[in-house]
Amino acid sequence: MTTTQSIVTAGADAKAMRRELRRAERGGPSMSPGRRRAARRESVAGYGFLVPWLIGFLGLTLGPMLYSLYLAFTKYNLFKDPEWVGFDNFVRMFTDDPQFMQSVQITLVYVLVGTPIKLAAALGIAMLLNYRNKGSGFFRSSFYAPSLIGASVSVAIVWRAMFSTDGPVDNSLSFFGIDLGGWVGNVALVVPMMILLAVWQFGAPMVIFLAGLKQIPQELYEAAEMDGAGPVRKFRSVTIPMLSSVIFFNLLLELINAFQIFASAYIISNGSGGPAGMTNFYTVYLYKRGFADLQMGYASAMAWVLVIVVAIIAFILFKTSTRWVHYAGENR
Amino acid sequence: MSTIEVPRAEFLEISTDQPAQPRRRRIKRKTVNTVIWMVALLALTAIVLYPLVWMLFATFKPSSEFGQNPGLMPENPTVDNYVKVVEGIAGTPLWRFFANSLFIAVMAVIGTLFSSALAAYAFARIKFRGVGLLFAAMIGTLLLPFHVIIIPQYIMFNKLELVDTYWPLILPKFLATEAFFVFLIVQFIRNIPRDMDEAARIDGAGHLRIFFSIILPLIKPALITSAIFTFIWTWNDFLGPLLYINTPEEYPLPIALKLYNDQTSTSDYGATMAVSFLALLPILIFFIVFQRFLVDGVATQGLKG
Repeated sequence: MTTTQSIVTAGADAKAMRRELRRAERGGPSMSPGRRRAARRESVAGYGFLVPWLIGFLGLTLGPMLYSLYLAFTKYNLFKDPEWVGFDNFVRMFTDDPQFMQSVQITLVYVLVGTPIKLAAALGIAMLLNYRNKGSGFFRSSFYAPSLIGASVSVAIVWRAMFSTDGPVDNSLSFFGIDLGGWVGNVALVVPMMILLAVWQFGAPMVIFLAGLKQIPQELYEAAEMDGAGPVRKFRSVTIPMLSSVIFFNLLLELINAFQIFASAYIISNGSGGPAGMTNFYTVYLYKRGFADLQMGYASAMAWVLVIVVAIIAFILFKTSTRWVHYAGENR
Repeated sequence: MSTIEVPRAEFLEISTDQPAQPRRRRIKRKTVNTVIWMVALLALTAIVLYPLVWMLFATFKPSSEFGQNPGLMPENPTVDNYVKVVEGIAGTPLWRFFANSLFIAVMAVIGTLFSSALAAYAFARIKFRGVGLLFAAMIGTLLLPFHVIIIPQYIMFNKLELVDTYWPLILPKFLATEAFFVFLIVQFIRNIPRDMDEAARIDGAGHLRIFFSIILPLIKPALITSAIFTFIWTWNDFLGPLLYINTPEEYPLPIALKLYNDQTSTSDYGATMAVSFLALLPILIFFIVFQRFLVDGVATQGLKG
């Protein structure tokens, strides 16, 4: 079972449970005092087990979220009290901050170009792995390794060395007569370099695709073959629909994750966001505004813009998913 | 009955199969396809793993070779980089950074397992008012960009005078803020049949008893997966210590690497490579030992790397 499916079923589960509970708690004449006492005891136990999570949720997530929403409408530098400025931060962002606009632009390119390439690579290689079984465990693990370490500082350092002038990438490209020089300092190539770093981590979605592919009943392909379907037709009419819930899940998570790229961009540019602001990705810029310039109101406003963008993307995906995501056992 | 039926079925299968000649050709073509497949995947593996292999070999290159020798093999192999790196940087020996990282990661693992398992049990097994809403909230935090909470959290820890201590890095783990692990364990508990805890309830066991003596032993695989991922993610975490830790002696490895990267990258590539590789080594070893566990965990739970 994939996670999206389980999120859906879990939601339904919880809903049924809640309905049942409400009925039980409304009590009425049908409910004996003993059962009501039992229900209360369950509530005490439930919240008891949840104490650590509840403290964390209220104190470290919900509370901070609300506080940052408030800060978004203020000017605050950690030393003086926050000063209410209304929508100023948001207005300034979109009308009077070229760095912000550039940051949005490169982040969108990174997310909207990088994620589809990464997912296409993940799906293609998952299908390749699914073709035969020999040694596929070894390949699966090898391809997964970059996902585990890709966001680390060490890999960012290696990546920069690989793409620097006269580094291995530059060198092997010159061998083919392509003379690009170093990618790191090149305004036009540094974003593609970051996209390659993201694509290199195709292993995590690949492993999820592979698990999905293994669950497609072989009979469907046989039936399609019987009807004279070629490989392209089989891919379009069997693989894609049967895999749609997994594609949905991967797309949602990869998009949201891509927006939050930080450590690699920070390390590759030594925290400067250079060359010429081309690695000044959204969260790098947010960090600089919030913690280097101590403009915490402005940075909070930026964070909320990100939340809204992510929420809109999630909303669109969930809304359109009824049209293109099929769950097994569902008529279509 | 079945002993008679099985051979008959096999016999039928054989007799309906194709004549011998085209079958042999088909097998041959299949072998060729497998070989092509194998070669393609091996080539891909070489490309995917090349940066890591290149990194390993680069740690043996003297710094002067960077920018001169982009190939894999060092021309004048040396272990100087390692010798230099072990001494440390900014007056702090290298082992200290490892110890700091290890301490934070181990505390994070303990905290995550403790708090996530408790919360997961409540979500999966206890029916109480508000559970549905709280569960939805927990799922919501899975998708929340965490940048929206780092500024208020920083302000809070600053007010509590906990900046430049490990508390901001460890305390959240004891409060189950990594919703991924709560969710992973919830899913695992849901797949455990309720028979046993129902039997225990009839015998008068409370939730605590059921949790500790029935559920906890059964969810060991989910706990191991959570532990490994928590360890690796904490070990790699950059933003947390970047925000909170200011004293070089207290730096965990990622920030220590930043120190090398800032101070020596222009002059001493070799040392930076060596220390980067050493920082990655525990994770690579972890991965090689637990790869099946990790990859299967990702496959079944949709967990991110």
